[in-house]
Amino acid sequence: MKVMVCLKQVPHQDARLDVNSDGTWIQEDNIKFEINSYDTYAIEEALRLKDAGDAEVVVVSIGPDRVTQALRTALGMGADRAVHVNDAAAQGADALGTAKILAAVAKEEGADVIFTGLMADDDNASAIPPMVAELLDMPSATGVTATEISEASIKVERELEGGALEVVELPKPCLIAIQTGANQVRYASLKGIMQAKKKPVDVKTLADLGVADSAGHAHNKATINKISVPAKGDTAEILEGSTDEIVTQLVGKIKELGLL
Amino acid sequence: MLADPLNSPEHELFRETARKFTEQELRPRAREFDEMGRFDKSLFKDMGDLGMLGLRYDPQYGGAGLDWSYTSVLYEEIGRSDNAGVTMGISVHTDMATPSLAEFGSEDLKQEFLVPAIAGEMVSAIAVTEPDAGSDVSGIRTRAIRDGDDWVINGSKIYITNAATADWLCLLAVTDPEAGYGGVSQILVPTDVPGFRYDLLDKIGNWGSDTGQLYFEDVRVPVAHTIGDIGRGFQQQMVQFQDERLVACVSSIAGSLFLWEETRRWAEERVLFGKPLSKMQNTQFKMVELFTQLAAAKELTQACVRKRVSGEDATDLITMAKLFCGRVCRQVADECIQFHGGYGYMKESMAGRAFVDSRLISIGGGSDETMLHYMAKQLGF
Ligand SMILES: Cc1cc2nc3c(=O)[nH]c(=O)nc-3n(C[C@H](O)[C@H](O)[C@H](O)COP(=O)(O)OP(=O)(O)OC[C@H]3O[C@@H](n4cnc5c(N)ncnc54)[C@H](O)[C@@H]3O)c2cc1C
Repeated sequence: MKVMVCLKQVPHQDARLDVNSDGTWIQEDNIKFEINSYDTYAIEEALRLKDAGDAEVVVVSIGPDRVTQALRTALGMGADRAVHVNDAAAQGADALGTAKILAAVAKEEGADVIFTGLMADDDNASAIPPMVAELLDMPSATGVTATEISEASIKVERELEGGALEVVELPKPCLIAIQTGANQVRYASLKGIMQAKKKPVDVKTLADLGVADSAGHAHNKATINKISVPAKGDTAEILEGSTDEIVTQLVGKIKELGLL
Repeated sequence: MLADPLNSPEHELFRETARKFTEQELRPRAREFDEMGRFDKSLFKDMGDLGMLGLRYDPQYGGAGLDWSYTSVLYEEIGRSDNAGVTMGISVHTDMATPSLAEFGSEDLKQEFLVPAIAGEMVSAIAVTEPDAGSDVSGIRTRAIRDGDDWVINGSKIYITNAATADWLCLLAVTDPEAGYGGVSQILVPTDVPGFRYDLLDKIGNWGSDTGQLYFEDVRVPVAHTIGDIGRGFQQQMVQFQDERLVACVSSIAGSLFLWEETRRWAEERVLFGKPLSKMQNTQFKMVELFTQLAAAKELTQACVRKRVSGEDATDLITMAKLFCGRVCRQVADECIQFHGGYGYMKESMAGRAFVDSRLISIGGGSDETMLHYMAKQLGF
């Protein structure tokens, strides 16, 4: 069985972020990057399949040279191979373009199961997983908190609104977008890190994947006009009263906002 | 660009693992370890599984066969555990109590004690200091008398880190009182032997480590438990001290840098006289001065690491680094308390804890005066 994990390298959660000069993205120079937190759970879920049987785990990432570090981390955790789509044309691709690239890799790899994170820490879009599944004509499930694999299908538990759970069974091949907290993510051991040195990382361009004419920033359907830091507001409301009264008011407010 | 052999992609990946481990397993429980007065022993096993406990040791015994640059990476991260006691407890095991066994121990002894130590299934302690002999190591009196194939040990050791946690000790004992420096041996003593007991000591800082006084009353261990040759203990311990001092430099400067970063954050958030503390020139100048001291200490430490990696003798440089790092850490802690004002004086404040914790660096592993005394001799005074 071949399991593919899509991972994105995002700015480190502790990085100080500044908007770039034309206001369309953040300043990426001199900041640290890490694997999108959702994707770490996806890697772990894939590695558990490998631990349990004979799965080959291939990790895939799109991005510049720095992405090698994320792929190496995944290899150090136990993935078998990596595919690095490193092509300037892919920089700034929109969700659909990115999905096309990932779908092309999945097709080339003949993946039986594709794991992704539910969303990316940086753009929060949650758009790519279902798009990849759609492009490959595969069933997919998002917000997955547990998986149980059998010969021809995967049973998954999905998180619904209000904490309810849904159990869905998907025939293989399929795509599963993992929720954070689904498992306890392992660390890359020193032994794993040293073994990763010898594991192959295939570098591909959009032309290699046959998507140069359909994916990449030149083919974007959506463009980012502007990103900005929200202006500091002065609408804070101070709740007054005893602790009990404050708690009651606070719960009321949260309910009012439909958050509870 | 030329590849830096001390900062390869593998170093970076290992740093990532060490940092995540520190952030997820150590730091969130830092105050819990203080309450417990020791580290959670089960975490040694986790660290063993990740390959952290035998970085420089032979793969034949489960080690990674790497060099000091990896030890440096590990303690640059563990030093940020927000618990100097825990950092010390771990480093005693990896770099203060096990190096002699790995370098001089017999095959049998290594199989029985080094293999589980690297796996994190056994924890070690180094037992040198005595109530009447610390800086003057040659003044130790704990006596091992040979009785057939056994040593019979009597005496006491004090201020011993990992006293309650340790499964075995690297004990320095007198095996021939007539022979001076040549009458001292390193003996591996399992802590479950009859006649061994300990009392825990109450310290002003480093609460997360179990420091104790050890007592040996007719403790019997096989003579085969001697680490290296009988009578070579003093020299072997002097070699072992080099790892001890260097790991103390790396981890203490890492902890101090972490305190500096947290203090900066504090200064940016603390508003007085209508502006953040960090906007006052006094704060900026002091912070830069401290950063300069830390950079110098870090570079000196890295120079020691490079010497160790290239196999050169680093004793003089390590001695100076130990002296310098202790002083820098104390200065940083003192100034950082000042930036925190009253809060800095609270036990819960990182600066307050660092103030007492950092005081140890100039005492443990050889006091500042021991370093000065050695260097004065080296410089021909
Ligand atoms: C928290 C903690 C943990 C420790 N862990 C361990 C451990 O795990 N294993 C272990 O064996 N030991 C351990 N020690 C002991 C430590 O190594 C000793 O305390 C240290 O070596 C100093 O020895 P001493 O306490 O006997 O002081 P002394 O030797 O009595 O020295 C007292 C003072 O005399 C001065 N002095 C020393 N030498 C000279 C000199 N040549 N010239 C002028 N002045 C001098 C110094 O100011 C020194 O501080 C630990 C200590 C502490 C506090």
